[in-house]
Amino acid sequence: MTLLKSLARSPSAIIGAVLLLIVLVMAASAGWLFPNDPLSLAGRPLQAPFANPRFPLGTDSVGRNVAAQLFYGARTSLLIGLISTVVAIVIGIVVGALAGFYGRWIDTALMRVTEAFQTVPSFILLLLLVVIFGSHIETLALTIGIVSWTAPARLTRAEFLTLRNREFVQACRGLGMPNWRIIFLEILPNALPPVIVYASVVMAFSILLESALAFLGLSDPNVASWGNLIADGRRVLRTAAYVATLPGLVILITVLSISLIGQGLNDAMNPRLRRKG
Amino acid sequence: MALSIENLSVRLPRHADRDYAVRDLSLNVGDNEIVCVVGESGSGKSIMASSILRLLPEGVTPEAGRILFEGEDLLRFPPHAMRSIRGARIGMIFQDPMTALNPLHRVGDQIAETFRIHTTLPQADIRARVLDLLGQMHLPDPARAARAYPHELSGGQRQRAMIAMALALEPKLLIADEPTTALDVTTQAQILSLIRELQQRNRMGVLFITHDFGVVAEIATRIAVMRHGVLVEEGSAAKVLEAPEHPYTRELIAAVPSLKPPSKEPLQPLGQAVLSIVDVSKTYRQKGRDVAALKNVTLALRRGSTLGIVGESGSGKSTLARCIVRLLTTDSGAIEVDGANITTMTTVEWRKNVRRVQMVFQDPYASLNPRRKVGDLVAQGPLIHGAKAADVYPRVRDLFALVGLDPAAVDRYPHEFSGGQRQRIGLARALAMDPDILVADEPVSALDVSVQAQVLTLIADIQRKLGLSVVFITHDLRVAAQICDRVAIMQGGRVVEEGMAADVLVAPQHPYSQALVAAVPGRRWHAETDV
Repeated sequence: MTLLKSLARSPSAIIGAVLLLIVLVMAASAGWLFPNDPLSLAGRPLQAPFANPRFPLGTDSVGRNVAAQLFYGARTSLLIGLISTVVAIVIGIVVGALAGFYGRWIDTALMRVTEAFQTVPSFILLLLLVVIFGSHIETLALTIGIVSWTAPARLTRAEFLTLRNREFVQACRGLGMPNWRIIFLEILPNALPPVIVYASVVMAFSILLESALAFLGLSDPNVASWGNLIADGRRVLRTAAYVATLPGLVILITVLSISLIGQGLNDAMNPRLRRKG
Repeated sequence: MALSIENLSVRLPRHADRDYAVRDLSLNVGDNEIVCVVGESGSGKSIMASSILRLLPEGVTPEAGRILFEGEDLLRFPPHAMRSIRGARIGMIFQDPMTALNPLHRVGDQIAETFRIHTTLPQADIRARVLDLLGQMHLPDPARAARAYPHELSGGQRQRAMIAMALALEPKLLIADEPTTALDVTTQAQILSLIRELQQRNRMGVLFITHDFGVVAEIATRIAVMRHGVLVEEGSAAKVLEAPEHPYTRELIAAVPSLKPPSKEPLQPLGQAVLSIVDVSKTYRQKGRDVAALKNVTLALRRGSTLGIVGESGSGKSTLARCIVRLLTTDSGAIEVDGANITTMTTVEWRKNVRRVQMVFQDPYASLNPRRKVGDLVAQGPLIHGAKAADVYPRVRDLFALVGLDPAAVDRYPHEFSGGQRQRIGLARALAMDPDILVADEPVSALDVSVQAQVLTLIADIQRKLGLSVVFITHDLRVAAQICDRVAIMQGGRVVEEGMAADVLVAPQHPYSQALVAAVPGRRWHAETDV
C-alpha cells in the first residue's frame, strides 16, 4: 500500500511506531510476566527500584509491585484510548457529516449543540459525567469519548462543506443515488484523511484525561492504571519520587508515540508534502 | 531586443514524468512586438515564462542557458536584485486576476504599492498616477475602481487592474500568462485589444502565453509553438498561421474548430420534441438579495438532435442544465421529458425516471470520485437501480470499448487517466443508464484543443449510434458550431435567440448574439482557411 510505504519514509512515524510497539508489548506481556493480581500486596512498601530482584522497579506506598502496575496500566490506557477515540470519532463523523451535507437548519442545530459542548471545559464535563454514571472502566472510556467528539465533528463538517458541491457528488445525485449512500459511501472516504490524523490527537488526549481523573482519585480503583499509581506516588513524592515519576514517563512515551504517528500520518496523507519525498 | 532567451533548459524534480520542463529553448522578444508562445498543457510554456522572472515552483531549476534582458543575464542575478526587475522593468499578468489580487486591500492601494516599492514619489502623485493608469485601462469610473475591493469588480475589470499594476512603471517587457483564459469571450476581446493598444503606445515587448490559436491569430506579431518543452516552430504570425511547417503545428491548427457549422443532412422536420422546457424561471436567494438565474425560458429538443445552449458566465446556462437533470428545482414552469413534467414528480417517481436524463460534467478531475475504480463508477448507476452485478460488469466493458477506452482499464483509479480519458469515463457513466437525453455541461472546455476535437467526435458518433438527444452547454461558439443542430443563445437568464446553428452562428439577428459572434478570437483567420 502506498500509504504504508510513505509512512515508512517518515522518521517521526517510525520513532512513534517503535515507541508504541514497546507499550503494546508491555500490555501484551503483562499477564505472562506478572501472573499475580497487580493490585495485590506483594512485599514491603517503598522498596527502591533495582534493590530487590523480585521488584525490579520497586514497590509503592502500600507494597504493590510498581512494574506489574505499569505493565497492566498499559492495558488500561490503551483500552481507554482506543474505545474513547472510536466513540469520539464516530459521533463526530456522524454529526459533522449530517451538518456539512444538509446545511441549513440541520447544520445550525447540530453546530449549536457542538458549541454548547465546546464552551464547557471538557474536563469539567467529564467530572460531571463520572459523578452521574460512575467510574467503572468501560463507562469511563465511553464518557471520555463523549467529551471529545466536538473537534472531529467540526473537521468532518468542514471537509463535507467543500466536498458536497463537487461534480462527482452531483453525478451521484444525477444517477438517483440515495443521500445516505452519497454521504457515507461517496463523500466520507474523501473526507476521512484529516479526521484520521486528528484521531491520534484524540487518543493521546483521552489517555491524559484518564490519568488526570485517576490522579484525582476518580478513575476505576479496581484496575491498575498509570494515573492511579501517580495519585498514590504523590503522597510519597519527596521520599520515593520514582513511584510517581515512572508512570509519568510511561504516559509521556505513550502520548508522544501516538502524536508522532499522527504527525507521520499527516505527512503521508498530505499530497503536497508527499511529492517532495 | 527586449528579451533574449538562449539555450534555456529547465530541470524538473526527480519523480516528474519527464526530466526537463524546457529543453534547449532559444527565443527572442523584440522591443516592439507581441510574441505568442502556444502549446497544450504540459508543453512547458508557463514554466518558460516563470523562469524569466525566476518565479519557478520549488524543485524546478534552470540548468543551462541564459536569459538576457537589456544585456544582463537574469539567471545570474542574486535574488534581491531580481526584486528591482520584477514589476519595475518586467511586468507580469496571470490567468486568474482574483487570486493574483489581495482580497483584503483596495485595488487602488495595491496599484499604489508598486510605486511605493520602486519609486520615491509623494503620496499625492502616486494617487494621481493610479487614477491616470486606471483611466488608460478604459475602466468606466477610475475613481470608483480604485476604491473598490477585488470582489466588487468583474473578472474583466480585475484583469484590467492587474494590467494597470503590471504597466505602472512602464516596463520594457510584459509577460502575460494566459491572461484571458478565465474571461468571457466578449471580455476577452476587449482585454486583447487593450493589450495591443498599450503595447503599441508604450512600444514594449510582450511575451504572450496561450493555448488558444484563435487568440494568437488576434494578437501575435510572431508565434512560437512549444511541445513537451521543446520549441517546434517559430516564425512570423502570417507564416505560422497560414503556412505552418511542423506537423504538430498543422495538427494544432487543424484541431481548432471552425465557426462555420459543417453542412449536415437536415433533420427530419417531423421529429418529436423529447424534451420541452416551458416558461421556466428560477431565482437564487442569497442573503436577502434575489438573483434571477432563469427568466421564462422556453426551449424544445427534438429526438435525435443536439441543442446547443450558448452563453457567457452568469447567463444561466449551467443552471438550466442542472434544472433539466433535477439537480436544482425550478420556481415555475414545466420541464417535460416525453410529455411527463419532471418538476412536479415526487422523489420516488423521479428515481424511476432518472435514467432518461443523464449528465456529463465539465471538470474531468472533480467529476469522478478519486477513491473508486473507474469500472465501479460506471457500474454504479445501474447497480443502484437494482441491476445484477453479473449483468452490469460485462456491459461496463462494452461501454469502455464504445467510448474508446481499453476495457481492461476498468480496475484502475481515476488519477491514472488523462483529462480526455476521464471525460470518456464520465460519458460511459452517463451511457450506462441507457438515457434518452444526454445533458453535457461544457464537457470539453477543460481539455486541450486536440483532445477536445476527439471528444466532440466521440459524442457525435455515439449520438448517431444510440439515437441520443443531446443538450450541449458551452461558452465556445466554435464548439457549438461543430456539434449542434440548433443553438439557443442565453444572456442574463433569458434566451435571446434560438434557431438552426447555421443561421444563428453565421448571421445572428439579436444584437447580443452579434456581439458574441464578433468577439470570437481569430474569426477572420479561420474563416479564410476553412473554405
